[in-house]
Amino acid sequence: MLLKDTPVTTDKLLSVQDLRVHFHTLRGIVHALEGVSFHLNRQETLGLAGETGCGKSVTARSVLRLIDPPGRIVSGRIIFEDRDILTLDDTAVRAIRGGEISMIMQEPKMSLNPVIRVGDQVAEALLIHDTSLNRSSARTQAEEMLTQMGIPEAHRTSRRYPHELSGGMAQRIMIAMMLVTRPKLLIADEPTSALDVTIQAQILALMDKLVQDIRTSVLMITHDLGVMAETCDRVAVMYAGNIVEMGAVRSVLKDPQHPYTQGLLKTVPDKANPDHPLYAIKGNVPSLLQPQNHCRFSDRCEYAMARCSREIPPVYQMTDDHEAACFLHDGQSISSGGKQVDLMNP
Amino acid sequence: MLQYLIRRVVTLAITLIGIMVVTFFISLVIPADPLSSIAGPQAPQETVDRLRKLYGFDQPIYIQFGRYANRLAHGDLGTSFQTGRPVLEDIAKYFPATFELATIALFFSIIVGIPLGVLSAVYRNSPIDHFSRVLSLIGVSMPVFWLGLVFLLIFYFKLGWFPEPGRLDIMLIEPERLTGMLLVDSLIALDWEVFFDALKHMFLPAFVLGLYGLAGIARIVRSSMLDVLSQEYIKTARIKGAREFIVLTRHALRNALIPAVTIIGLTYGGLLEGSVLTETIFSWPGLGRYLGTAFLTLDLNAVVGGTMLVALTFCLVNLVVDLLYAFLDPKITLARS
Amino acid sequence: MNTETQIDKRLARNQRWKARQRYFKDSYTLWRRNHLMVVGTTIIILLLLIALSAPLLATHNPLDQILSDRLLPPTWEHFFGTDSLGRDIFSRVVHGARVTLTIALLVALISTPVGLIIGVLAGYFGGAVDEILMRLSDVFLAFPKLILAIAFAAALGPGVENAIIAIAVANWPSYARLARAETLAVRDNDYIQVIRSMGASNLRIMVGHITPMCLSSIIVRLSLDMGTIILTAAGLGFLGLGAQPPTPEWGLMVSDGRLYLVDQWWVSTLPGFAILIVVMGFNLMGDGIRDILDPHQRQS
Repeated sequence: MLLKDTPVTTDKLLSVQDLRVHFHTLRGIVHALEGVSFHLNRQETLGLAGETGCGKSVTARSVLRLIDPPGRIVSGRIIFEDRDILTLDDTAVRAIRGGEISMIMQEPKMSLNPVIRVGDQVAEALLIHDTSLNRSSARTQAEEMLTQMGIPEAHRTSRRYPHELSGGMAQRIMIAMMLVTRPKLLIADEPTSALDVTIQAQILALMDKLVQDIRTSVLMITHDLGVMAETCDRVAVMYAGNIVEMGAVRSVLKDPQHPYTQGLLKTVPDKANPDHPLYAIKGNVPSLLQPQNHCRFSDRCEYAMARCSREIPPVYQMTDDHEAACFLHDGQSISSGGKQVDLMNP
Repeated sequence: MLQYLIRRVVTLAITLIGIMVVTFFISLVIPADPLSSIAGPQAPQETVDRLRKLYGFDQPIYIQFGRYANRLAHGDLGTSFQTGRPVLEDIAKYFPATFELATIALFFSIIVGIPLGVLSAVYRNSPIDHFSRVLSLIGVSMPVFWLGLVFLLIFYFKLGWFPEPGRLDIMLIEPERLTGMLLVDSLIALDWEVFFDALKHMFLPAFVLGLYGLAGIARIVRSSMLDVLSQEYIKTARIKGAREFIVLTRHALRNALIPAVTIIGLTYGGLLEGSVLTETIFSWPGLGRYLGTAFLTLDLNAVVGGTMLVALTFCLVNLVVDLLYAFLDPKITLARS
Repeated sequence: MNTETQIDKRLARNQRWKARQRYFKDSYTLWRRNHLMVVGTTIIILLLLIALSAPLLATHNPLDQILSDRLLPPTWEHFFGTDSLGRDIFSRVVHGARVTLTIALLVALISTPVGLIIGVLAGYFGGAVDEILMRLSDVFLAFPKLILAIAFAAALGPGVENAIIAIAVANWPSYARLARAETLAVRDNDYIQVIRSMGASNLRIMVGHITPMCLSSIIVRLSLDMGTIILTAAGLGFLGLGAQPPTPEWGLMVSDGRLYLVDQWWVSTLPGFAILIVVMGFNLMGDGIRDILDPHQRQS
């Protein structure tokens, strides 16, 4: 097997191995994730990129074991520190949720309970994981957290209901709620894409600062490659239920090794050259109803070869921290950005 | 909040005027000639004409309506042809029995309906869900009058588990009438024999009426609970690590009850109308039976007065429901600064 | 260029057709998976068949009184026994299906168009028109439906026709409410603005573009209400304010048998059972229709 044997660079916090998730729908079984593997080091920010429907959010939710029916985690291992989340009992998983791993979702206004004051919702996160805490000190801590998230008049705001807040304010509350317990890992599922462009950067900066302060690792899910370049240490690019490329952020964005990543990067509008026509990857995202037996991208790939539609490409290791699942790397090389890359043949 | 209350009361006032118009219209089209029952069938035309003038039936409709409204404003609902007493007096006499029955039935529907709906949604497609769905299906599909008859047949005539129709055993003496509600009055008088006998008499009709309400409430709680459980904020609660019980009660149920409250108001209307049928079967001396007889004998004033009272009660219940709604849903209360 | 657009059009049409086919196929799968709805639909189809072929199914003339045969228990000669006037209850129940269906259909045919027109007018024009029409419907909604129906039935005089009118009067406001809400939702859509800017008249917009958008939710609502309409009609019959003797109406038949409840249970209970089954059928079907049209269901 050509499967990578990851060199241990730093202390691994989370390691996902060969994760498979299926959704049982009217038209058949949707193979949402087909053997996703990646790891996340302590105090590192890993970006998960890809189009809508590629399985980013499913991956994130699997880590917390929060896949709703008709979805089901079929196989795989999710090792958090030294525990496999998929084999823990419910009580142990609940202790991890919110305590050690938190998650921020896309729609801040819909993620807050409409009938509970926001301050109480933040305080609840503390109370769940620390039974010795009393209500009023939890409230005080919650308000402190709100202040750190740059919320003016935290005391008054904490007494408001979600519908009285703007989207940006609601997302600050969400971030405060998820970080107030000082988790080891924060999953951020498109935390800013539902927000106004003008406040996106501001929220991200606040989140980043807080994350640094409490030394939290982040799994950042986004389709915005700009956000990714700014916030992530490493990135993984997903396509149709697979991770197709993964590596250090500079290396992947500057020197993409998978044709899909190359296409994705070309779709980013060139600010220096606004007249340049927008690029779009031809074709459509494939149906996930059939189990995978070939490269899912082969129908749309400019470099597709005969074997691409017959076999599943293995993961090829290019450098210590850069890998891609594409047959082009099987003893050959592809050009990218006009630069010839030396490919390791593992 | 206050603003909301004022707006609500103003709409209620407009609706009340509308109710007056509708009942007036009903009284106009009622075919029975009230004059002939006053003057007697053989009265000469002259007498009828004189009476016509006397009662103002020769006036244009809007004048008649003005008089009618004026009468109502003074609390005068006219006299029932059937009982020969003022309609208001009749209503005061019969209404408490209906109120008692409908309230107990509603209480029963809520106490059983809400937990049933919640369990049904949480354990979707489990045996309890199937049981609750079948029960509520039967409850909403059952003709109340038929269920009443079947229950009487089985539990009174065949098994003898419950007493004969009526409110109280004929051998017992009613306690002093304070509220008109037997259970309350007997409690005040500390007359336990009457209290338990009244309770036994209450059981079958309240169960028959309540089953209908229970069905509606369980259905709506189930569907709104299912809806709420798929919301993002429920996921948030789980992400926070909340125990499932807390997720269901603190996070889901409070939201799911908001639409359920509206249905509870409507259910009360259903119980009021169901009382017309149930009381007829269980010989319950309440407003429902009074109204039923009034409709059949075309007792004009009783029909108008009774209908109006039922509508008024219904409106007030809905007002209470709306206030409760505002209490449960923070989006309605205007921000208190 | 021309052929290219033609091919595009054909492709588009083909895709639309495929999408529609998929939609119907999904609907069918959902229907098949919803066992309760299959039961409901079967009951209603049976009811229709029974109503259509009532004279063939009935073993006796439903109006024939044979006093020597009064209050006979169910036998092979009289499946459901006979009533106090010696009429065959089975034949009366079978013919009663016609009465019940007629009432339900006519109420639907009267109350939905009235509600639709009033609701669309109120929603489309807004302002004073809306205020007046909605206050009017509020007034009707202030009465419990059965009470209003009873009051109107009493005022108009007992009889099937008046019962139909009375129930329709009690029912239209909920359809008006629904149509208004739907109209408000589509009224300000861009495509309505486009049609208006092309010079379409208000009438044309309302009839051609808004009314169709209201229909599906009104149909769902109506199918959910069908059971209640039948129960109301039976209730009127039971109280003596609906169908009059000797019409074989189920509610009336239940009421007729009350006096003989203890010793001749079949006179009251069997027609009542027919009401229960039919109302259940309509409720199951209504629930099913709502679920099938609900887009959330299609995902799972």
